[in-house]
Amino acid sequence: MVSSTQNDAIIEAVEIEKSYPQPDGTRIQVVSQTNLSIEPGKIIALLGPSGCGKSTLLRILSGLSKPTAGMLAWHGKPLDGQTPNVAIVFQSFALFPWLTVLENVEAPLEARAVGAVERRKRALRTLDTVGLDGFETAYPKELSGGMKQRVGFARALVVEPEVLFMDEPFSALDVLTAENLRGELLELWLNKKMPTKAIFIVTHNIEEAVMLADRVIVLGRNPARIRSDLNLRLQHPRDRKSPRFLELVDYIYKVMTEPDAEHAPPDAETTAEIVLPAGGLTKDTRRKQPTVVRTTKYQMLPHARVGGIAGLIEFLHDRGGHEDLFRLAEELVMDVEDLLPIIEACVLLGFAWLKEGDVQISPQGSAFAEADIQQRKVLFRQAALEHVTILKQIDSILKRKSDHSINDEFFHDILDEHFAEDEVQRQFETAMNWGRHAEIFDYDRESGRLVQAEPPAPQDTAAESQNSATTPKA
Amino acid sequence: MTHEKKSAGLRGFSPYRFWGVLPSIEISYLPDLLMGAAGMALFYGLLVVGRTWLGPFTPEVEIRRSPLALPAYAGYSLLRITIAYVLSLAFTFVYGYIAAYNARAERFMIPLLDVLQSIPVLSFLPGVMLAMVALFPGRQLGVEAGAILLIFTGQVWNMAFSFYASLKSIPTEMREAAKVYGFSWWQRFLQMELPFSAIGLVWNSMMSVAGGWFFLMACEMFVLGSRDFRLPGLGSYLQTAASAGDTPSILWGVATMIAVIVLLDQFVWRPVIAWAEKFKVEQVESTETSRSWVLDLIRHSRALAQIRKKTVAPLGERLMLHFAHTHSGEERQKASPWKVWLLRLLLVAVLAAIGYGVVRVAMILSGIQKAELQEAGIGLGATFLRVNVALLIGALWTIPAGVAIGFQPRLARIAQPLAQIAASVPATALFPVVLLLLIRVGGGLGVGSIVLLLLGTQWYILFNVIAGAIAIPTDLKECCSVFRLEGLQRWRKLILPGIFPYLVTGLVTASGGAWNASIIAEYFHFKGQIYTTVGLGATISQATDQGNFNLLLAATMMMAATVVTINRLVWRRLYRLAETRFRLET
Repeated sequence: MVSSTQNDAIIEAVEIEKSYPQPDGTRIQVVSQTNLSIEPGKIIALLGPSGCGKSTLLRILSGLSKPTAGMLAWHGKPLDGQTPNVAIVFQSFALFPWLTVLENVEAPLEARAVGAVERRKRALRTLDTVGLDGFETAYPKELSGGMKQRVGFARALVVEPEVLFMDEPFSALDVLTAENLRGELLELWLNKKMPTKAIFIVTHNIEEAVMLADRVIVLGRNPARIRSDLNLRLQHPRDRKSPRFLELVDYIYKVMTEPDAEHAPPDAETTAEIVLPAGGLTKDTRRKQPTVVRTTKYQMLPHARVGGIAGLIEFLHDRGGHEDLFRLAEELVMDVEDLLPIIEACVLLGFAWLKEGDVQISPQGSAFAEADIQQRKVLFRQAALEHVTILKQIDSILKRKSDHSINDEFFHDILDEHFAEDEVQRQFETAMNWGRHAEIFDYDRESGRLVQAEPPAPQDTAAESQNSATTPKA
Repeated sequence: MTHEKKSAGLRGFSPYRFWGVLPSIEISYLPDLLMGAAGMALFYGLLVVGRTWLGPFTPEVEIRRSPLALPAYAGYSLLRITIAYVLSLAFTFVYGYIAAYNARAERFMIPLLDVLQSIPVLSFLPGVMLAMVALFPGRQLGVEAGAILLIFTGQVWNMAFSFYASLKSIPTEMREAAKVYGFSWWQRFLQMELPFSAIGLVWNSMMSVAGGWFFLMACEMFVLGSRDFRLPGLGSYLQTAASAGDTPSILWGVATMIAVIVLLDQFVWRPVIAWAEKFKVEQVESTETSRSWVLDLIRHSRALAQIRKKTVAPLGERLMLHFAHTHSGEERQKASPWKVWLLRLLLVAVLAAIGYGVVRVAMILSGIQKAELQEAGIGLGATFLRVNVALLIGALWTIPAGVAIGFQPRLARIAQPLAQIAASVPATALFPVVLLLLIRVGGGLGVGSIVLLLLGTQWYILFNVIAGAIAIPTDLKECCSVFRLEGLQRWRKLILPGIFPYLVTGLVTASGGAWNASIIAEYFHFKGQIYTTVGLGATISQATDQGNFNLLLAATMMMAATVVTINRLVWRRLYRLAETRFRLET
């Protein structure tokens, strides 16, 4: 089941898991039992939707946080306590704003007790490598985002790490800067100008992963687990427009959006060798996993706002109701990370469905796209009450309660049982956004009360007004 | 929460903008000369202080009323403040560090901080004084230590909270960077934690020191029954002068007080604020930066630069490397068993001490006569009324005035620095002077004490209202003009909601200050007489005076409980409301 069990792996994670305790004593699992190894000479990209636990996995592999179960081996020996020789490039750069560029790069060397003269020499050399000579005495706030991330690179490279970890290193940068930096990173790596043996990069950008990586691991969520693992066979430099590149991007898109379906794999000889197929572990092995830890079964709402859902449906409708996912992302100039939740929301509400990496609008979706503002509210309400568990629950409780109102704590408690703390907040926010829009309830944030709302009346039909008479407004 | 408040009102108010436009000094020997002279003066000062402090205890220090004595007195007061501040800073680091990193300790340390912050410090005075005098028998040091300890308790809490809050708000990725690159605790402290909390600490230090003056003025001349503890200082000078009705001396004293505050501002706070600019966590460089001519002077001094290069830099380097070595050597071992046991033993001892204290307090409280308690209860009501009337009067005049000032930038530029000076003159220094006037006018202390409370607290409100009025966005103001919202409508729809968060901030600070000030405002030794009125503050002072420690304890606890309750029930809720509903998103 293990992706590759070479003995020369630098880092090897054996059956690691991560879960967090909940206030009620149970635990929420964020990373399910995973085997993973980082071999020298490779750029490994970890892909996955937002909030799926990619970053948690990176932190475990880099020794920053401890797995709840399982073992982390460093050159075959278990790693307990001490920090391995790794470095991390952070999404937010995480530079110290009160230190100059040079001091920032020197700081890790200071921590390793390198003397002043040697320290300066090494720091200057590294700054030179990443193209920052002349900026030694500048403070980070004087630099552009791209330059800041170069400092981040320099700080990471100066310690000559065996594995360079990168956590979404380009996602805080604009498109052009990111492209430029990516190219330079690849050039340093391919020309062996980097004193590092392997790179492990976490990203949500499929093209970025296909552009850089020798191996792509796709992660599924709730809890995080490896869904697919492929070794790329594309030659550098890679051409974004080449058919093989596109085929691979398209394949990964499908794996990410429809993990359980079978997809035609890319050509193993020329494009990619699939180590672990889409869907990840087979059903048998999944059943074999111990079920001590509860995993999420409650319906999870994708974090999409109603405005985004409506916009996407309209766009789809205008395109004839059918579009390739990859093309859609390109045309909307959106990251998958941002697009996926909206598409998931459309699918959940029954406005669209996914097939083979394409989005297809449903009859309900078409009706929604053609409706006017008032009518849309009615349609949205119908869809929400039909498909969204928590809104169904809220609606039925509000109907049954004599004062037609309830404290939001109640739903926080329900969600608490199924999700981790910050996810509860996001789930709640999304539910409030949808529910208010569907006019299922009004929500007063200050008092924290949900009050039943009058349902939207579609162009004064007698039936509707009768309906609303039975649900008096509190 | 009543903590971030402290900076909000002061931020960006610079009374001496014109210093900023002075030409930067090009001649380099001048700074060196100045620095050298400053060093010599400092040395002499240390000698004098040492001689006095280690000298025998003089029960009644003669306070001279000659203006010539003032510089020395100001120096003594300043030194007390400084020592107390250094102590506070040390305490802040330890307390904040433990509270931020030990989840178990955090759970009780933070609520404790909140309570300690609400306790009226002045009622500690007798206990602390007596203990300190007993600790250093026959030395002036005892009284000094008492005063210093008191100032310490007056200024430490908000600093500790600020440091704790800063530590908690360090971004996760920054922390992870420090961890993954293996920073030693020393490096982490120096390069991450201290810089990150610097700005909050600086502003809270300013507030704390201002509060320190308030207490210092009160405790430099302190009567406990027949015993008279006097310390040479500005506060005792002012009280003596007022007692004697000596107007010229009063004027000299107030002038010196203001001079000291202005000098402190110029030579300490402005440079420190300008220096702390570099610790701003911002992604882009801001256009408006604080400047200080003193800081420029220091930065231009070649001698200082040389000294730094020869001493501080190598020392820092050696420390850094030393801790890096020990850090990389340590294998994150578990604490040895005897250490764990020692810690547990310590914990048990502390708990036992607390338990003993509670039992004793309960015994004392049960011994209090009903009549006394009743009197204290009536006093509580009276002081409650007085504090709130003072707040109301303060709010009534400062809101229109503050808004008027805030809406006119030209006026604000003149009025703000004046308000800042007025606010930083400790009200306690002015108490004797105001009392003198009140007696001449013929008002009783019942009403007069409201004036005294107002004196200390109105500035906080004014400050914050001005800041709030300035912060109201222009487009909202224009929007009001477009829709013809005028008069009352404008106040209700725009101004009051707009300044609400700032107003709450000002009122919280003012309320806490007023409760504390009531202890000296309601009971006063003056010209050999005692002026007093009904009130909890008076009860506390009187109990102190008569050595009735049981009543003192009961009354203090009453006041502390009241302040904590009001904070919980009123201010904290308003604060939350201000932070959620009335927040102007930028």
